[in-house]
Amino acid sequence: MEERDLKGYWKKNLRYLGILLLVWFTVSYGFGILLAPTLNEIRFSGFKLGFWFAQQGSIYVFVILIFVYVYLMNKLDKEFGVSEEDV
Amino acid sequence: MDVQTWTYILVGITFSIYIGIAIWSRAGTTSEFYVAEGAVNPLTNGMATAADWMSAASFLSMAGLISFMGYDGAVYLMGWTGGYVLLALLLAPYLRKFGKFTVPDFIGDRYYSDIARTVAVICALIVSFTYVAGQMRGVGLVFSKFLEVDIFWGVIIGMAIVFFYAVLGGMKGITYTQVAQYCVLIFAFMVPAFFISLQLTGSPIPQIGFGSTLNDGSGMFLLDKLDALHTELGFAEYTSGTKSMQDVFFITVALMVGTAGLPHVIVRFFTVPKVKDARISVGYALVFIAILYTTAPAIAVFSRTNLIETVSEQPYEQMPTWFNTWEETALLNWVDKNEDGIINYAPGSAIVGAPNISYDGLLDINRGANNQVLLLNEPTANKNELYVDRDIMVLANPEIAGLPNWVAALVAAGGLAAALSTAAGLLLVISTSVSHDLIKKQINPSISDKAELLYARIAAGVAVVVAGYFGINPPGFVAQVVAIAFGLAAASFFPAIILGIFYKKMNREGAVAGMIAGLLFTLAYIIFFKILFPELNSPDNWWFGISPEGIGTLGMIVNLLVSLAIGMIYPEPPEEVQEMVESIRYPK
Repeated sequence: MEERDLKGYWKKNLRYLGILLLVWFTVSYGFGILLAPTLNEIRFSGFKLGFWFAQQGSIYVFVILIFVYVYLMNKLDKEFGVSEEDV
Repeated sequence: MDVQTWTYILVGITFSIYIGIAIWSRAGTTSEFYVAEGAVNPLTNGMATAADWMSAASFLSMAGLISFMGYDGAVYLMGWTGGYVLLALLLAPYLRKFGKFTVPDFIGDRYYSDIARTVAVICALIVSFTYVAGQMRGVGLVFSKFLEVDIFWGVIIGMAIVFFYAVLGGMKGITYTQVAQYCVLIFAFMVPAFFISLQLTGSPIPQIGFGSTLNDGSGMFLLDKLDALHTELGFAEYTSGTKSMQDVFFITVALMVGTAGLPHVIVRFFTVPKVKDARISVGYALVFIAILYTTAPAIAVFSRTNLIETVSEQPYEQMPTWFNTWEETALLNWVDKNEDGIINYAPGSAIVGAPNISYDGLLDINRGANNQVLLLNEPTANKNELYVDRDIMVLANPEIAGLPNWVAALVAAGGLAAALSTAAGLLLVISTSVSHDLIKKQINPSISDKAELLYARIAAGVAVVVAGYFGINPPGFVAQVVAIAFGLAAASFFPAIILGIFYKKMNREGAVAGMIAGLLFTLAYIIFFKILFPELNSPDNWWFGISPEGIGTLGMIVNLLVSLAIGMIYPEPPEEVQEMVESIRYPK
């Protein structure tokens, strides 16, 4: 396997991680904690929005983030020929 | 049938299932014992991870804790789920590619040092033992509350069951038992939640119910009602909380990072066949965990509202029968400070210390003017007359909502499943640390597979007994140990593993110094405030307003800084280690 390919794979992996972790941080620490008092001014059905992100929304987003990551990485593995299925 | 008969039936059935699975899945090799031969289906592993992760604390105590913390309860909800994102993205796939048995294995090989390996073993043992003692205690509590068995015998029965399937089946037995335990615990958690949500809001789905309007025709949102009740009684608004923002922030980070650094969770991702499976398996695990974790805050709101509406400003005489039942177990007590026969509920503790029932002779409880159970405790000076134990919110929920007896029994079986599944996972980490990381890797490398397996079983057996001892005689600070376990995992393992994967040039000197610095810093802070000087444990004395629960975050930063600083002084790691780091970064 060419060295160049693996470097590219790792770089792209790191970019995905950066973006996904940014979302992870924004939703939980941003919406759920730092901005919660502000977001609480907005109502979402019976919930104050900041409270909802802290006790519900962030958890849903965590689940989605992992599945997006799995999808992206499986595609990336194939693209760079490092998938375990190409034996 | 009464609750006790139902409990015997349900606990009997579930325990037989666990034993049956243990016999069916005996382990014959160390690979089977440590990682179930690395042949577990990712969905199965996700479910097992969820049971492994969700302990007696998640099942019995968390919803109750949240109901008293309001918004602040988010530290547990986000803290104990958000770590799985870190696990999936930063740890699980790479550790799976590395492909050994334990976390100390990785630390020892990556940092080419037996000192690093030993430090990791010590961390793993401290974290696992502090955690497992709480589980055995949980088993004992459920037995004593529901089956009127002594805590001592409850713990002994729990020990015998765990001993049987953990020692016999190792990881293989534990994995399949945990799948069964997950099913039991999630069913037991959800059934009362559906019923109560339906009663209170008309919506059977708790996650939607607690944001809906009340079922009483008032058209008022449940959360608005609860906020109003809180304000009326002098509490902070439920949806706002009382902790400072920076403390909430630091505790959440410590719990998230701690979760991602707990050895009994990490090791579960060594059991799947491929890197790809490890990634998706974390996703499945979080789905299974999220079902409980998104329901818990709803239960917290339901039970808080039910409690206040039932007891506050009501005459004691009109209390339903469950009030008296729980009074006798010292989990719910009333001291009539102003002698008006009415229950006044307000902020602050009603009594000094935990309730201590006043007995006349051996068995007769002394009762007051309204026939309430009398306590020996000094009343406090504030207006509050009600003592409520946090655990009661989940335990008494079915009774408070007037649900059938089998639902209450189900909660007992679920609590046992949650405690036993977590205990088993922890015991395995302890036994592997001894037989693999200490005996095989350091003391006697030429040991045969059979002998190593025997040592693993002996170590698991000894660990069960030690855990049982702590369950029966809990150290005084048992309630505080969760903070220790997470803080230590956050301050020791997590940075060492992350640097090991993402920073190729990190050398052993840096990693060892970082782990030791992070560990000592965190331990010192927690011991200072929790054990040596509990009277100083208040925001005025904390560094940067960070409570001992959140100090692991600072410990992690200390670890990172020390690692990087010391790492710069010493030479780069050997070529073959750097190649190993390269190789774990891609699946094939």
